[in-house]
Amino acid sequence: MTTRPGWSLSRPARAWLWQLLAVAGFAALVLWLGHNARINMAQRNITFGFDFLLHPAGFDIPFHLLSWQLTDTYGRALLVCSLNTMLCASMSIVLASALGLLIALMRLSGNPLAAGTARTVMEVVRNTPQLMQIFFIYVAVLQSLPVPRQSIVFGWGFFLNVRGLLIPSPDIDSRMLLLGCMVLALAVAGWVARPPGSIAGVIVGPMLLLAWAIAAAFSATWDLPAMHGFNFTGGLRIPPELLALWLGISIYTSAFISEIIRAAILGISYGQTEASLSLGLTRGLTMYLVILPQALRTLIPPLTSQYLNIIKSTTLGAAIAYPEILQIFGRTVLNQSGRAVEVMALLISVFLSVNLLVSAVMNRWNRRLMAQGR
Amino acid sequence: MQQIWVWLRRSFSAATLAAALLLPWLPAHAQGLNFPGPTVEAIKKRGMLVCGIDVGVPGFASQDNTGKWIGLDISYCRAIAAALNTDPEKIRYVPTTAAARFTVLQSGEIDVLIRDSTLTFTRNNQLGLEEIAVNFYAGEGFLVNKKLGVSKIADLTGATICVVTGATLELNIADFARSHGTKIGTLLFDKADEAVQAMEAGRCDGYTDDTGSLAGMRSTLKNPDDWVVLEGVISKEPMGLHARAGDPAWNRILFWVHNALLTAEEFGVTKANADQLKASSNDPFIRRLLGVEGGFGKLMGLDDDWALRAIKVSGNYGEIYDEYWGPKGLNLPRGLNGLWTKGGLQYALPFR
Repeated sequence: MTTRPGWSLSRPARAWLWQLLAVAGFAALVLWLGHNARINMAQRNITFGFDFLLHPAGFDIPFHLLSWQLTDTYGRALLVCSLNTMLCASMSIVLASALGLLIALMRLSGNPLAAGTARTVMEVVRNTPQLMQIFFIYVAVLQSLPVPRQSIVFGWGFFLNVRGLLIPSPDIDSRMLLLGCMVLALAVAGWVARPPGSIAGVIVGPMLLLAWAIAAAFSATWDLPAMHGFNFTGGLRIPPELLALWLGISIYTSAFISEIIRAAILGISYGQTEASLSLGLTRGLTMYLVILPQALRTLIPPLTSQYLNIIKSTTLGAAIAYPEILQIFGRTVLNQSGRAVEVMALLISVFLSVNLLVSAVMNRWNRRLMAQGR
Repeated sequence: MQQIWVWLRRSFSAATLAAALLLPWLPAHAQGLNFPGPTVEAIKKRGMLVCGIDVGVPGFASQDNTGKWIGLDISYCRAIAAALNTDPEKIRYVPTTAAARFTVLQSGEIDVLIRDSTLTFTRNNQLGLEEIAVNFYAGEGFLVNKKLGVSKIADLTGATICVVTGATLELNIADFARSHGTKIGTLLFDKADEAVQAMEAGRCDGYTDDTGSLAGMRSTLKNPDDWVVLEGVISKEPMGLHARAGDPAWNRILFWVHNALLTAEEFGVTKANADQLKASSNDPFIRRLLGVEGGFGKLMGLDDDWALRAIKVSGNYGEIYDEYWGPKGLNLPRGLNGLWTKGGLQYALPFR
């Protein structure tokens, strides 16, 4: 056996060496880019640092979940607009999943009218640009609504006008809220600990929550919107920007989710349905106990991608004046502070950490399902 | 054969590696203080000026029905191109949004930014930009629906205003609200036409911009008579020319082109009579401006006809203003933009 000088390292050691070299090369590239950026910024008299996050922002954020004052800092602006992004993303994930399931079930129902309608909707939505759909909803639908003085009145304190959807806002008393938290915790615990295949474990939690919601609705004092001066006061106003973005993202993504769900369900051999039916299970129970648990396995990885897409798509809100993170932080703050590099770095890290968190949770769920075995 | 490939591959990798190692150490472009400076050299080499302008606001920069850019800022671009002896018909216009404009300038995509942009402390010191001259004095005003029955800005409490983001506008509203104890809501849009569209739909009660742009935008509305520009302003908006730092020679050329246009108006030099005055005038200021004596152009690395060409292409400042803002245009009184001799703020440094 001949020994080759210079190649005397063992195979794993060589592999490690290459890995190290690759990492070192990448680190050098990053350092070089950073160094370059620093020199170029110095040449153009641009300063670098994150201290600007403590400076007062001085601009208005038209829609906010946390309190927002003109004198609050850029750092708080980042928090406030991130929450706006997350609000729209989570609302869109819920609605897109529900619509997606609905469209998928309509297509699988075997009823030609339902299947045909679902298919048409899905094809139209899936094959037109998302931004165009959002613009359509915002400009063509919501901006053609009447002015506040001529609002569409739905009754029970619901109004719709060009300024948004006004709904009564409940003022729930703190003991009731505490009870709600306990019910929620109970429901979640019951869901997690439910025995496999138990129907009671699935139904009892939501029933408890529903009971609480009814009790809360009756005990709460309701703040009804009313017209004062230029605008409505009181109640809760959902701005048209949020509505347009929420509906736009949800409808668009639901088309893709419906296809994912349909593929996952059709991927289960029809023999299982036949077997389950011949055992005397109803169609609904067959779907719930036999098909869905197996379909979920192939469903979750592509569904995760759709959820991540939804989170990223919320930046389209910048085009229709929804105060999400790109609009407020990536544009207004960037322009007023002039900190392009810092602002972009923060934007990237917010999206990266949220998306990594979401995919970590989804992957965990996926692994749990996998562990239950075939 | 195989060996040739191996050799080729190796030498290629070696060359790539060498290039990668050497690239950062290449000397930066020498920034001499000699006229005409690196920016002008680059423009001459390219054969055209690259001018950063607004995406479209009548009066400052908008396209006519043949697609040609016109407006006060465009006339400045043309005057500068002519002063450099490059073809004013060959300027490359780069329309920039409020949000992107300074980045576009910093990154070197444009030579100069003439885009109804306010000159401020932070843009000078934090963005590292040179603020050359003010070509339009304005203030932030409000355009509101007549139906609101509002007559002054302080009455706007509780109203929602559509605003273009990335400018000083939203900050001015916030400052005004803080100092006057009012609350004016804002809705931020990326482009002026989107904001105006939302306002016309009734999403907002009004629209805010500098008084110059407001007059321009009002002219584009479906029913201009339904809308009124409120009296008074809430801020100072001195708008003008921005350039990158690091090329003082270029800054001086820009500064003096502006001063040449003002001086021309002050001394009655117009597009039509410039050639004739050059031949016949005895006024020493006109003679220096038009390059008959003094050799001023050469001191900036240009030729002596620089100002003559600029005036012949664009006209003097007053002619430019009248073309777009005068009674035949948007009909905005000259006010602060009048010459200092007529009670305005436009005051040229002397050609001496």
